[in-house]
Amino acid sequence: MNAQQPLLEARKIVKSFGSVRALTGANFSAYEGEVVALVGDNGAGKSTLVKTLVGVHPPDSGEILFEGREVHIHTPQQAREIGMETVYQDLALAEEIDPAANMFLGREILRGGPLGRLGFLDKAAMRHRSEEAFSDLGVRIQDTAAPVAHMSGGQRQGIAITRAVTWASKVVFMDEPTAALGVVQTRNVLDQIKRVRDQGLAVVLISHNLPEIFEVADRIEVLRLGERVARLRPSDVSMEDVVAAMTGALTFHEEEGS
Amino acid sequence: MKRLLTGSSTQIGLILVGLIVIFSLLSFESFFAVANARNIATDAAVLLVLAVGATYVIVTAGIDLSVGAVLVFSGVVAAKVMNGLGGESLGVILVGLVASLAAGLAWGLFNGFLVAKAKIPAFIVTLGSLGMALGAAYLITGGVDEREVPFPLVSKFGIGRVLGIPYLVLVALAVAIVLGIVLAQTRFGRYTYAIGSNEEAVRRSGVNVDRHLIKVYSLAGLLSGLAGFMNLARFGTTTIGGHATDNLNAIAAVVIGGTSLFGGIGTILGTVFGVFIPAVLQNGFVIVGVQAFWQQVAVGAVLIAAVYLDQVRRARQRQ
Repeated sequence: MNAQQPLLEARKIVKSFGSVRALTGANFSAYEGEVVALVGDNGAGKSTLVKTLVGVHPPDSGEILFEGREVHIHTPQQAREIGMETVYQDLALAEEIDPAANMFLGREILRGGPLGRLGFLDKAAMRHRSEEAFSDLGVRIQDTAAPVAHMSGGQRQGIAITRAVTWASKVVFMDEPTAALGVVQTRNVLDQIKRVRDQGLAVVLISHNLPEIFEVADRIEVLRLGERVARLRPSDVSMEDVVAAMTGALTFHEEEGS
Repeated sequence: MKRLLTGSSTQIGLILVGLIVIFSLLSFESFFAVANARNIATDAAVLLVLAVGATYVIVTAGIDLSVGAVLVFSGVVAAKVMNGLGGESLGVILVGLVASLAAGLAWGLFNGFLVAKAKIPAFIVTLGSLGMALGAAYLITGGVDEREVPFPLVSKFGIGRVLGIPYLVLVALAVAIVLGIVLAQTRFGRYTYAIGSNEEAVRRSGVNVDRHLIKVYSLAGLLSGLAGFMNLARFGTTTIGGHATDNLNAIAAVVIGGTSLFGGIGTILGTVFGVFIPAVLQNGFVIVGVQAFWQQVAVGAVLIAAVYLDQVRRARQRQ
């Protein structure tokens, strides 16, 4: 799979916040049709790396290649335009409006004709398309007209994932998508991740949960102190090896496994 | 249907109906007299226009304390412009209307820009513009009410009616209906709710939140300008000293009508009910012979109860 060109590649990314060097020359790559887990101890720079890739805070130096070409992503809007979506850890849902309204937030479908030009929403079309998208991903929502505030943690996670997947054409970033979920809900989210990969997208999964990573990830990239220190395949290594790489107890050749 | 029956604007509507029934049982003749109903509605018309703007602002989780002062300022500007032009023609009155709307819009832009771009809390921005607008109104007039306005403004528009309904009430209802539909059915309304619900999420989805907030505060300013002109038509004078509590009355009406001060929840229909509850109470108390001061006590209690119910509803949702 990795013989091909990476869909998304970051080279020598440096990002500082004041005197803190969060990323000290980090590399990263993601290929289409794979789940790549981005792991590392707290403070290793995982979230910072993702935020530089999706335009929340652009890097100080380094380059980002998308489909082999260098891109400059300075706003989340630009990341979305090239087909990258993010499931944020806080989900970024507006709780007082319904799931369809959240799905189409910023991308509302308007009615046809003069009413549409006045900004009238086609609520039925948005609800219908949302329900289809939820059922495609196996997200079960009984009352799609109720505000998100009425829904369980698993349902909210499902809505956020469905929204990202619906609009992403290339890459979906998921920041700790199962952190707040119970056993059954976690299982649903993992199934959703696999379905997204099977649609041909690249899924970048940030997680602390190694059993979960070994279940869904095709590759693992390990960050430590702001740099990539290992690229591993779950099939080739043990969880202890991954932990060792995260803590620096064991060093891998950086390009191993590629 | 279930949502319609259990929605907070329905509950508040039932309370309003209940009040009307009680007062008409106590004194049917006078309470249901046409003149009295017309009185209640005219009292409420100016407040309704302010409260519609306040609903938008509060749904974004903001607040606008300046509406009463902007009303006064706009009325003063309109009166000065019309008297400056002189004459009683329709043209002069229309220029006055435009001046009033423009004055209100300018304050709204000022508020919106400072809230959205300078990130100053809305409470402080609009407290500041309250003082500035009122001070400016006094400066323009030298502290004395402008007592002259073109006569037809008062005689035709101020006290005129069609089919027994005062023009002022029709204007207020038209504003409420149009902006009620906009809030419920359009993308503008959707962003208003979404920003009040989770501003950061709306930002991340690529919507220009700052621009939307400026539009919402501008709308509130524009409506204050309209209310200023209506006030001028009703009283024929600028009533500078008479609007110190308009902002609180508007906010109370919005909140009684089920709009949440935390943003994201509210309807214009609820606000219409919320405007009429204090008006009906005041009138009802007068008619049944209870001291009118009790109205203030009752409205205060209703206000606290409305916010308490909102808190309970939110706490239940969060579980």
